[in-house]
Amino acid sequence: MTERKSAPPDPSRRRLIRGALALGGAAAIPATARAAGDPAITELQPWMQYLGDGVDARPYGMPSEHEVDVVRRDVPWLTADPVSSVNFTPLHKLDGIITPNGLCFERHHGGVAEVDPAVHRLMINGLVDKPLVFTMEDIKRFPRVNRLYFLECAANSGMEWRGAQLNGCQFTHGMVHCVMYTGVPLRFLLEEAGLKPGAAWIMPEGADASAMTRSIPMEKALDDCLVAFAMNGEALRPEQGYPLRVVVPGWEGNMWVKWLRRIEVGDQPWHHREETSKYTDLMASGKARRFTWEMDIKSVITNPSPQAPITHGKGHTVLTGLAWSGRGTVDRVDVSLDGGRNWQSARIDGPSLPMALHRFYYEFDWDGAPLLLQSRAIDSAGHVQPTKKALRTARGENSIYHNNGIQTWHVLKTGEVENVEVS
Amino acid sequence: MSRCLKLAAALAALAALVVTPVMAGGLGLGREATPDEIAAWDIDVRPDGAGLPEGSGNAYDGEEIYAEKCAVCHGDFGEGAGRWPVLAGGQGTLTSDRPVKTIGSYWPYLSTVWDYVHRAMPFGEAQSLDNDEVYAITAYLLYMNDVIDDDEFELSRDSFAEVEMPNAGGFFDDMRPDTPTLAQAEPCMRDCKPGPVTILMTAKALDVTPETDEGDEPEAAPSLDPALVEAGAKVFRKCKACHQVGENAQNKTGPSLNGIVGHAAGAVAGFTYSKALAAAGQDGLVWSAAELEAFLAKPKTYLKGTKMSFAGIRKEEERAAVIEYLRSFE
Repeated sequence: MTERKSAPPDPSRRRLIRGALALGGAAAIPATARAAGDPAITELQPWMQYLGDGVDARPYGMPSEHEVDVVRRDVPWLTADPVSSVNFTPLHKLDGIITPNGLCFERHHGGVAEVDPAVHRLMINGLVDKPLVFTMEDIKRFPRVNRLYFLECAANSGMEWRGAQLNGCQFTHGMVHCVMYTGVPLRFLLEEAGLKPGAAWIMPEGADASAMTRSIPMEKALDDCLVAFAMNGEALRPEQGYPLRVVVPGWEGNMWVKWLRRIEVGDQPWHHREETSKYTDLMASGKARRFTWEMDIKSVITNPSPQAPITHGKGHTVLTGLAWSGRGTVDRVDVSLDGGRNWQSARIDGPSLPMALHRFYYEFDWDGAPLLLQSRAIDSAGHVQPTKKALRTARGENSIYHNNGIQTWHVLKTGEVENVEVS
Repeated sequence: MSRCLKLAAALAALAALVVTPVMAGGLGLGREATPDEIAAWDIDVRPDGAGLPEGSGNAYDGEEIYAEKCAVCHGDFGEGAGRWPVLAGGQGTLTSDRPVKTIGSYWPYLSTVWDYVHRAMPFGEAQSLDNDEVYAITAYLLYMNDVIDDDEFELSRDSFAEVEMPNAGGFFDDMRPDTPTLAQAEPCMRDCKPGPVTILMTAKALDVTPETDEGDEPEAAPSLDPALVEAGAKVFRKCKACHQVGENAQNKTGPSLNGIVGHAAGAVAGFTYSKALAAAGQDGLVWSAAELEAFLAKPKTYLKGTKMSFAGIRKEEERAAVIEYLRSFE
């Protein structure tokens, strides 16, 4: 099988980008060649002449070797150890609303559990009529559904809470992905065990070395939660919880317990580590908000962005980005080129599904002058994406989680783009 | 109800997506869990102490276990080694600029400590501690945080409720929306800010973004012309009175010039630029070879207000040489 290699980091990258920008988009074609025609056309390319791989060469197909920089990346200084850490989806390299399975960001607390599905079990116990154990085969005998949902970490953009910090939407907004899940509605499994009176909460638990747990209210569990075994048509990836994970539509990613081995039913929440010491939002008063489950309306321009500068010079330019809300569909996305003074509505293209990513576009004629790009989304629940300043005013400087503030990108004359905060 | 009818009911519920009472029964899938199986996996503990097993331990014993199994990451005093979590201290910091959220300063429930240490610690050797050890480590964490002052206090299922965590009252439930909704106002579309928007902060200034390999692929770096570099070294003598370049180069009358070709203008750290040059940098001026060529020909004409009191390099080949020389320094 072909393995993708990513080139080692090169510190001269910035110079190269700048060099290419300074020369303009036409740099690829030397002036001497232009008179005779584009060598891409006038010269015979190897792939036009020689035979390529046969059908037996790539049993699991991988992207072109020219796409080697389309990879998840991490920020080493963020955490003590990559085994309990996070990496980021390369949003600036993607289009549409579906995230390829291998590019979905990862967050785990004890490394990727490599679970053998033949010995994987799901137990349901606690306040149930009959505690049950299911094999993977059992689970696949329940009626199943297909649902497209985004998953966003509550800490996505958390590093940006106090101000502009990381140069790239991969790092500022890349803790989100969106795939189609295939799975069993959680209510069918709970029904199978039978809920006892007083059953008000569930606690999914992972089979990994951190035995991840979260408390989920029963109303949500019975409403739209799934126990999923497939993403984008194939089995879950190990880093996404193979062979089984919980899907909690619209709610913070930490609750979507991976490598799901057990669901306990109880009459009160468990207040475990991930819902007390973490994923609680510290306010200026020194008190913290807990059980902040829904992911609020949010959007970001993915192109242009710091990792995706404008390389073609002035003229017709395609601006694109993503918007999502844990409270429904995205009804509208507005775009500003002048740092939020004036706004125009962007065009949402592709399916508009509740609690899924939405893709928007705004085409304009760039005059080559510096721009301050912003996007502002509005969801079907009527929530408007706030400014970062409004968030800090409401919640103080230390809230960190649930940063859905408006992002600003500064486009320089050269086409380079920087992460900034504006007045 | 027959299996078939139950399936039909399940599918109907699916189609309607309504929350109806959940009843026992279903499709007859799965099998009953045995008591031993439940005991093996049901390890969770709640704030009311439900789930706590038998056993006990005190801080005196806990200190030794902690030193052996926990201190390597969390530090001898719970101060945290490197970026590993800080476990002790931090009381009184929750309203400060840098809140330190520890077991003593932040965690509302003692059960969470017991549960987490038991299920996930030590990191990389989860569920290897016996119940007495978990009680002892938990007691030591309380002792380190001054929540208990008796290192012989025997923590157990029975004494558990005697301990109250300092920040137990520090939490409240979600009260969003606390930011704008359409019900409050339609968002502004025109002239929403009084004047031109200014930049308050840039990520570049912090410089904490990881280097990536993006942008390398299309072209190799243009290689240097050694003869031109050599010629440029001679031309650079004209610049040396004010500028340094190379190893240990520092800002003097003019900024250090390492890596200047391709660098944003007005952006060498620690140098105070003229207003004109700083503004040009803000507007996105980058010292490409072409821009430098124009600047070096007639500095005062190219950038009115520059502090660089230098007439310029008249000969084109000398400008090309000095730019090539500067390119040779990263």
